[in-house]
Amino acid sequence: MRVILTLIRRELGGAFQSLTGYVVIAASLLLTGMAVMDLIGWLNDRPTDAPITELFYQSTYFWVILLVVSPVITMRTFAAERSSGTYEALMTTPVGDWEVVLAKFAGAFLFYVLTWLPLLGVLAVLRRVTGETLILDPRVTAVAFLGVFLVGAVYMSLGLFASSLTRSQIVAAMIALLLGIAMWMLSFRPPSADGIGGALGRALDHVSLVRQMEDFARGVVDSRHVVFCLSVTGLFLFLTQKVVEGRRWK
Amino acid sequence: MIEVSELTKRYPGRTAVNGISFTVARGEVVGFLGPNGAGKSTTLRMLSSYLPGTSGTARVAGFDVFHQPDEVRRRIGYMPENNPIHLDMRVREFLKFRARLKGLGWRRSRSRVDTVLQQCGLTDVQRRIIGQLSKGYRQRVGLADALVHEPDLIILDEPTIGLDPHQIRSVRALIKGLARHHTVLLSTHILSEVEMTCSRVLILNRGEIIAADTTANLEKRLSLDGGVVAEIAASAEAIREAFRDLPDLVRLDQEPLDGDFQRVTLTPRAGADLRPAVFELVRDRNWSLRELTRRHHSLEDIFVHLTRTKKEAE
Repeated sequence: MRVILTLIRRELGGAFQSLTGYVVIAASLLLTGMAVMDLIGWLNDRPTDAPITELFYQSTYFWVILLVVSPVITMRTFAAERSSGTYEALMTTPVGDWEVVLAKFAGAFLFYVLTWLPLLGVLAVLRRVTGETLILDPRVTAVAFLGVFLVGAVYMSLGLFASSLTRSQIVAAMIALLLGIAMWMLSFRPPSADGIGGALGRALDHVSLVRQMEDFARGVVDSRHVVFCLSVTGLFLFLTQKVVEGRRWK
Repeated sequence: MIEVSELTKRYPGRTAVNGISFTVARGEVVGFLGPNGAGKSTTLRMLSSYLPGTSGTARVAGFDVFHQPDEVRRRIGYMPENNPIHLDMRVREFLKFRARLKGLGWRRSRSRVDTVLQQCGLTDVQRRIIGQLSKGYRQRVGLADALVHEPDLIILDEPTIGLDPHQIRSVRALIKGLARHHTVLLSTHILSEVEMTCSRVLILNRGEIIAADTTANLEKRLSLDGGVVAEIAASAEAIREAFRDLPDLVRLDQEPLDGDFQRVTLTPRAGADLRPAVFELVRDRNWSLRELTRRHHSLEDIFVHLTRTKKEAE
């Protein structure tokens, strides 16, 4: 545990000792701000009862930000250490494969959490200006953020896996983007699936992250969604650990 | 400290290390010598349990490097090739981070970091960012990292590569200092480095150990001819006449030099030292003598000799 904490500190420190961390946070803040502004402009034309949090997380904005920012956060994790050679130094200390994988995941995840926190500030400002108490309803906001974090965990683990496959950060980012978009596109049921109806359609509904996020944004905690996100995260962490371990058999 | 037996590493289509066996005793400083691509780094990586071997076994302090990697890693301080360290960290912060990774507690890592900072002459730069330090200093940071958890065995892969002569000297001095308390295994392709720092040499070529001995023994083994070179002022015939009856002389070569001097190369029967006899002859005839030496083989000669005979044998 002590080792994991040391490694997490290093992961986060690494992000902020270089410019990367600040650039990523600034970029995602800018994107969030633009998205919220656009959303408000859109709302001016079409009044609705739905709270803005819900609208935001149900919008494509959220997904675009998530899809673009996640690979940038995770691409460094393994690839950078592999290319600089510090990976060899790390793996010749008495640290287990799982400890490394979990620490890198935790580091990336905490960073991801950091990139979404400014949104709370944006919403607080909005609430003050409009006097609309629905905007930051504690319960709905908490559940929405739970959703953001769960979906984030999926994307961080997937990016981690991509990064463990290569020593090039660019390639890692591209693989993560590919996997991430593929995962997201599962949410859009192709017309043929409707035709097949029944089983396939229902199966696709269950793996639809977009649909899950809609529920979370409404303040609904569906345990099936929680289990789904956690198991996909677990799966990718497991695969990452296998890749790390696989090096020993090369 | 290290027992390696029949260790082999094969990559698809290439054998990097081919069935090598050797042992290193506690307290020895052993140099791993070989041209680039001889398999030095691969062997060191296997010993530090970073890479698994294809076959054979290696034990460090009695622990198998493949089956008990954590035990092995706790006991070795390994500095990989090109000394990869986190350039964005500060010296002290980096060493503390590494100490914690190697399982040292908070208090102990603090005191150990202080010790190695001093030992490696880094106290003055401990707050600097590693990326802004000179290569010599970075190398010392790498060494400090290898030392920080007080390992029994220190493995250094090309510790002086890319340094200027001053830096090389200071790093070598550091390594020599380590020899008192640690077992050291270092790899290099610079022969003089081994001569200066190591008590024993393992010469590796194309994945095989072609010689393993103390530097002195290797020299003895290869300069068995013990040829003597003398520069004497006398006529060629007179010299030939004088040396003809010398016992143990197998061969005599002459070469005229400037003035009256002749360069005489004498090859004796194995093991004999001709120098006293040569001196007496010269003294008796009142010739003037300006050089009398026994040919001294450097590791370089040994190395060239060994790698060449190997090629010829093939």
